[in-house]
Order: sequence, then C-alpha cells, then structure tokens
Amino acid sequence: MSYLEFLATYSDRFIDGTLVTLGQFGLAVLVATAAALVSGLMKMAHSKLVRAIAVGYIEIFRGTSLLVQLYWFYFVLPLFGFSMEKFTAGFVTVGLCYGAYGAELVRGSIQSVPRGQWEAALALNMTPAQRMRRVILPQALVTILPPWGNLMVEILKGTALVALISVADLMFETRQINNNTYLSAQAFGTALIIYYIFARFMVTPTMRWLERVMARKIGRS
Amino acid sequence: MLDWKLDFTWEILPRLIAAAGNTLIAAGGGYVVAVILGLVFVLAQRTPFRVLTFIVRELVEFIRSTPLLLQIFFIYYVGPQIGLRLSPWTAGLIAIGLHYAAYLSEVYRGGIENVPKGQWEAARAINLSTVQTYRRIIIPQALPPALAGMGNYLVGIFKDTPMLSVIGVAELMHTANSIGADNYRYLEPYTIVGLIFLAISLPTAWLIRRFESAVRRKMGLTR
Repeated sequence: MSYLEFLATYSDRFIDGTLVTLGQFGLAVLVATAAALVSGLMKMAHSKLVRAIAVGYIEIFRGTSLLVQLYWFYFVLPLFGFSMEKFTAGFVTVGLCYGAYGAELVRGSIQSVPRGQWEAALALNMTPAQRMRRVILPQALVTILPPWGNLMVEILKGTALVALISVADLMFETRQINNNTYLSAQAFGTALIIYYIFARFMVTPTMRWLERVMARKIGRS
Repeated sequence: MLDWKLDFTWEILPRLIAAAGNTLIAAGGGYVVAVILGLVFVLAQRTPFRVLTFIVRELVEFIRSTPLLLQIFFIYYVGPQIGLRLSPWTAGLIAIGLHYAAYLSEVYRGGIENVPKGQWEAARAINLSTVQTYRRIIIPQALPPALAGMGNYLVGIFKDTPMLSVIGVAELMHTANSIGADNYRYLEPYTIVGLIFLAISLPTAWLIRRFESAVRRKMGLTR
C-alpha cells in the first residue's frame, strides 16, 4: 500500500482524532488558565491558609506525573463518589496539571511589575481589585505571554496522554490504525507531522501574534 | 465510601518499591543519554556548516513540538519495520533521551550565549584552541546558569518515565497497572505510585535548588 493510499483510507480517522485532540486542547487550556490564575494569586495572599492550599495544589501536581494523575482521576476518583466521563477526566486532568506549572508563571509575572506601579495605584486610591485588574494584570500579561506560549505547546503534547484512558484522540486513533495495519512508520509518522503542524504553525504563531497585540495595547511595541 | 485495605497495601508495597528502582534506572539512563546527545545537538548548531546547523535546529524544534508518548511508539514500532528490533528498555531510553536532549540543548545554548563575546575574543587573543576555549573558559561560565534548567529536566524526565509503561517497561506505572488488573483494585496501587513520585521529586527539586544556589555563590554570582 502506498502512502497516498494509506492516507486516503485512514484520513477520516486521523481527522476525527485530530478534532478530539483539538477539543481536549482547547478545554485543557481553559482549565489550565483558570487554575493557574487562581492558584498563582492565592499563593500571594496574606492568609497563610489560602497560601497553603495553593502550595499544596501546585506541589502535588508538579511533583507527580501527568499519567499518574490521569489514571488516578479516572480510576480512583470514582471511588470517592466523584466520577467523570473519560473525555472530561482527560481535559480536566491535563488542565490542572499544567495549571500548576502556569501558577508559577503567573506569580513571577505579577511580581515582575515594578513596585512603583503598585504604589501609584495606591496613591490614586484604587481598591485592590481595581489595582489588579487595571494596572497590574495588563502589565503582567505582557511578560507572561512568551513562557505561556511554551506552556501551550506542552499542553498540546500533554493531551496525547488522554489516549491511555481511551479518549479517541489523535494518539488513540493512530494506535488503532497501527494495530490494524502494522504500518507503524506511516501511522505514527503522520500523527507526528499533525502534532508538529499544530504546535509550530498554529499554536506558536497565535501566541506570537497575541504578544504583539498586547505589547501594542500597552504602548510598548 | 472508601475502603483502604492496609494488608493489601503491605502486600503490594515491596513490589512497587522494587519497581521504583526501575523507574529511577530509566530516569537516570535516559538523562545520561539526554545530557550527552544534548551536547551533540548544541555543538552541531555551532559549526560553520549552515546546512547541518539548519537540520539540527529543525530536528530539535520537531522533537520539542511533538508528544513524547508518540515518539516512544514511533521508535519502538518503526524499528522492526526497518529491521531494527529494539527491546522496550532500549527503545524507551532512546526515546526519552532524545526528547530531553532537545530540551537540554536549548538549556546549553542559553548558557553558552550568556557568556560575553569578550571572553571568546580574549581566549582567541591568548591563543587557546577551540577545545581549550570551551573547556577552560566557556563551559565553566556557561554551566552555572544552565544548572537550574538541567536540574528541572532531571525531575521532568523522572516524571515522564511512566510513559514507558505503554511499551512494557516494568517501571512503577506498569507494575501498578498489573497489580490493579490482577486484583481489581486501583485505589491503593495508583495512590501509592503518586505518593512515591511525590516522595522522590519534591526532595530532589529542593536539593537541586540548594545545589544551584551553592554553585552560584561559589562562582561569585549571588542573586
């Protein structure tokens, strides 16, 4: 079977898998962003308890493997009376895992905003919430975007693991095709190229574009 | 709602701890491959041969942009197609080593580019060879800033070893899976695996931070 015939026969399955992977990616990005923002801010709170909760979350998710977390969420969490659909378990776990890495980026970027900006906001009589929303976060956003782009690529790669709890993503379909045909180079090679195209020509350029837009908005282009 | 069985825990703990040894071997072996191959990648990008530089640069980008899990499958299953039958361990160490070599080469590159241009010129002025320049001038200065990144990827490689379970490397995850399947109990094995990971990676990360700041102090580069 030539490679073109192979593609013609299995393109449907590659496309189906790719769509599931994109769904997992998009939802995991949302979960990761929310988790990173919340826990990153919590880690800077005055209350010791709030800080301890954030540190606990970050250290547990950064200290163990994504694969261990996936299995644990999918197979063990139901025993606590909390079961999730495998699709949900997939993106929630991936999102929480990378959210813990993102939390450190959030904290670092907020702390990189010069002290004078905090003081100026205070002098203008802004409430802490206003200060965060209108002065600090927009500036932190500019510094966080480049490392955040790397994190996005890591999330995309991380979604491949959801195949191991049988979510029918690109990785899963590829393995099935390989098991049916034994055309390993074609099957895995095609999937590698698809992931590469998404990471290199879609995720990374989008993040670069966002960086430029944000820098312009804040008057630093 | 939840019944944690203590006797079952004691029964499976020795097997899991033995498997943790395999996990550490896989992480250590993979890291050695990555440290050496990463050096090859970065040096290849610093040769005057433009084509070689371009190819290695794109290869590093490609490896970094695609999932490790897929790379593990690719190396394990495509090997036999071209007449190269690899054992799970060999394929796993190559895959994980190659993946992290790409990351480490970026860490090395950052370290080398951090060394001021004047140092290269001074080394040339006192007539040092390229090898001497790297060994005595560049690497000692490039290493301290690179250490943090290298340490993080050591922990990273350790946390990625469970992926080797998919091709049958008998590390922690693989052992936990088979214990779970044999006994229809997943609570204890998976939870213990998570705890073992925490018990190893948290102190390691802490030690790496200590080590890094000690090296920085020794180099007179306190932050």
